[in-house]
Amino acid sequence: MRYLPLTADDRADMLKTIGAKSVDDFYADVPESARLHGTVDGLPNHQGELAVERHMSKLAAKNRAASSGPFFVGAGAYKHHVPASVDMIIQRSEFLTTYTPYQPEIAQGTLQTLFEFQTQVAALTAMDVANASMYDGSTACAEAAVMATRATRRKKVILSGGLHPHYAAATKMLCEAQGIEVVQLEHAIDGELALADAVDDQTACLIGQSPNTFGTVTDLSPVAEAAHGKGALLVSVFTEAVSLGLVTPPGEMGADIAVGEGQSIGNGLNFGGPYVGLFACTQKLVRQMPGRLCGETTDADGKRGFVLTLSTREQHIRRDKATSNICTNSGLCTLAFTAHMTLLGGKGLEQLAVLNHEAACDLADALAAVPGVEILTPRFFNEFAFRTPMNAEAVLAMLDEAGIVGGVRASRLFPGDHMGDVILCAATECTTQEDIAAYAAALKEII
Amino acid sequence: MTMNTQGRPTTPESVSMSSIETVSGSRGLLQAEGLIFEIGTPETTGVDLPAPKGTKNRLGGVARKQPTGLPGLSEPQAVRHYMRLSQKNYAIDLGLFPLGSCTMKHNPRLNEKIARLPGFGDIHPLQPQATVQGALELIDELATWLKTLTNMPAVAMSPKAGAHGEFCGMMTIRQALIARGEVETRKRVLVPESAHGTNPATAVQCGFIVDEIKANKRGRVDMEDLKAKLEKSDDIAGIMLTNPNTCGLFETDIKEIADLIHEAGGYFYCDGANFNAIVGRVRPGDLGIDAMHINLHKTFSTPHGGGGPGSGPTVLSEALAPYAPVPFVVKDADGMFRLVEDIEGVASESFGRMAAFHGQMGMFVRALTYILSHGADGLKQASEDAVLNANYVQARLKSVMTAPFDGYCMHEALFSDAFTAEGIETIDIAKALIDEGYHPMTMYFPLVVHGAMLIEPTESESKAELDRFCDALESIARRAAQGDEALKGAPYLAPMRRLDETKAARKPVLKWEEPVVAPPVAAE
Repeated sequence: MRYLPLTADDRADMLKTIGAKSVDDFYADVPESARLHGTVDGLPNHQGELAVERHMSKLAAKNRAASSGPFFVGAGAYKHHVPASVDMIIQRSEFLTTYTPYQPEIAQGTLQTLFEFQTQVAALTAMDVANASMYDGSTACAEAAVMATRATRRKKVILSGGLHPHYAAATKMLCEAQGIEVVQLEHAIDGELALADAVDDQTACLIGQSPNTFGTVTDLSPVAEAAHGKGALLVSVFTEAVSLGLVTPPGEMGADIAVGEGQSIGNGLNFGGPYVGLFACTQKLVRQMPGRLCGETTDADGKRGFVLTLSTREQHIRRDKATSNICTNSGLCTLAFTAHMTLLGGKGLEQLAVLNHEAACDLADALAAVPGVEILTPRFFNEFAFRTPMNAEAVLAMLDEAGIVGGVRASRLFPGDHMGDVILCAATECTTQEDIAAYAAALKEII
Repeated sequence: MTMNTQGRPTTPESVSMSSIETVSGSRGLLQAEGLIFEIGTPETTGVDLPAPKGTKNRLGGVARKQPTGLPGLSEPQAVRHYMRLSQKNYAIDLGLFPLGSCTMKHNPRLNEKIARLPGFGDIHPLQPQATVQGALELIDELATWLKTLTNMPAVAMSPKAGAHGEFCGMMTIRQALIARGEVETRKRVLVPESAHGTNPATAVQCGFIVDEIKANKRGRVDMEDLKAKLEKSDDIAGIMLTNPNTCGLFETDIKEIADLIHEAGGYFYCDGANFNAIVGRVRPGDLGIDAMHINLHKTFSTPHGGGGPGSGPTVLSEALAPYAPVPFVVKDADGMFRLVEDIEGVASESFGRMAAFHGQMGMFVRALTYILSHGADGLKQASEDAVLNANYVQARLKSVMTAPFDGYCMHEALFSDAFTAEGIETIDIAKALIDEGYHPMTMYFPLVVHGAMLIEPTESESKAELDRFCDALESIARRAAQGDEALKGAPYLAPMRRLDETKAARKPVLKWEEPVVAPPVAAE
């Protein structure tokens, strides 16, 4: 077995040193009835690299990769170009195969990148502080809701009609387990501002999203004002991190907590995970934050270094009084994020955002020119919703036959909302003019 | 002139090698490296993008006002930045990483290669399901392995890490109690005092109340204490128990514990963090458990990545299976795989959705690659080697360090600080190990043992590596027993000396900020 260094002689020698007859001695505490003799039934034995690769490649070949043709799916995960050096950096053994940096003297590599990551996320969201990541955007959103109830000592959160339904579901589940009331506003393409009318003096937070699931960008400043007027907080959500280069960021709208998905920067699609949850807030709320934080300090020689800090919020110290149960987060995905962001730089991100926006504008123009298509999203960054005169599922299936992955049917995310004829689609810097022309031409054929 | 035929001269004996200061701050191969904010500029970039066309924007005025001001680096600068930083990290690829309860085993490179196949790495979670049949089949295949290895009928694949898996398990228990109409009355969850901090934190997150149970002198659950806690049983929701436990021991009475909890009307959650000790030797389903998370980033070798990502599939008993979270994969009669995403039909009793999309696919690919490489025989051998290695470390060190419990251990060897001289603590031993070229063991955990040192070598170590490690730790232990004050200053040879964590927490500096330039002093 190629992964096991012990030889039969080693094993015999070691048993002798230990004073045991066989490894069975070590399992003597296992109840007799639960001891297995031989290997587990119904499972094959070990295989060489070639055989495993063959098997896995067959499974991979049954999937259509986003790069293999015109591709327009967004709604929470986005097809972007990741520079080659990013993947090389995250495959460095010293980053890939190390643990959480609990021993800072031999983990400054990880810790410094986390400190840089936190600074980047704070700047991108225009917030005071950011943590070292959550699992993904949806769980970051759920944790933000719970954090708001802790900070305000109130038990009600209100979700906008454009919040990603998976984010809403994860938030609802976490909150309800803790006796927190969750109010979901009616699903709406351009309804984020309705949050302002819904707030009352029992509300812990309003959760709005821009760009929202339908792609609509909204200045949430009036929502922040309404929230603060009632002593509530604004949680501002985004699923497309590249938008932060161009669209009004949470901090400029008066958000108290900003959460979102960081996959777009540095991370591949990976069928939905692993991704990287971004979590930022105002200075005032920092001690209520969930998750790990990296901070600056000095060593015994007075040299600058970094450590995990404020861990008295966390489960390994506070146990049942912790701000969250989170332990493992998205370490390597934060490295991919921060490395890609460092390669881009502020100006590069801005330019990337403009390219995404222009691609989406071109796509919207091309689709709008198809008779029967109606663009529904009034203001967008790189994704929007449109109505077709036919059932969206049927349209997408026919596009698929033409080699085009045309988007997500809205009814998959909003079942029961009578959106059977609505498609959510996205364009990025990966989208070419040919892709757009092919989409419009195929759509014209179909409808 | 003649050539020096004997090579270049070595350092003369008269030259002292002690504490050399350098102008650059670098020390030979160990390069000093500033923060990106100190070396980059917002104008610099390592990505060449086409020029925008200048289309009028359609943001409706919802545009960013202040630029981010974030610096960029060219590709050579960026690559060096991260390479230099990487060299300040210890890693399993450098040497033994004996963190107890963390299972720092070798991460096979085949796994990385397979995860990067475009058919896995470049597919979108919301693509039409007909275009991702291979991905759904892979999830189903991994699920089958996990169910078979644990002898459990169901598995929830979506939890994103161990703690998220615990959350999944406890939420299914909560949902089962809702179905029984007892969620308001059954609030108490028993958690041993030796448990991972995530266990009590998770229980509270699910709205339960934690009641601690004691450990006995053998490091297992104190059955008398457990029975006393169960005397009043109508408020019991369940127990959260790690097995093998955090002392590295198999819970001898586990079946009786399962029976007692079930008789009390509660459910048995098993923390599967230590599954690596028993894969292929014991199936948790044969022990009477109702739910257990499996850390793919421990037992099944997906890389820890400096703190994640993880993945925590959670196996469920017949009693809890109906309440599993969405989504899950089913195979239809026509042979097509399908995601059940909505709470209806077969999922009508589901407790809900834990996160966006369908779980940590990137980790599933790596874990299945590992599992197929090992097979049933290799998985069993790996567990046996992990346990053998830990017992070897225990046997080699128990004469110089203090083993708090008698008998063999499972996959991790636990020591207390009882052998150290006054003034020398566990942390001093840990930091001295750094100077010897090792990552320290888990320290001060579990809490039930004073100054705990928990050593998990895993199956990835050869006997020679273990001997080298034991020699180093034995020598440190002897110095600790003699009260060698020099240990208090360790590490001396790491990239940094001991860091001041108190200072970091007192006045937290959590991001870089432009240094304030002192205004020029006005002339008087």
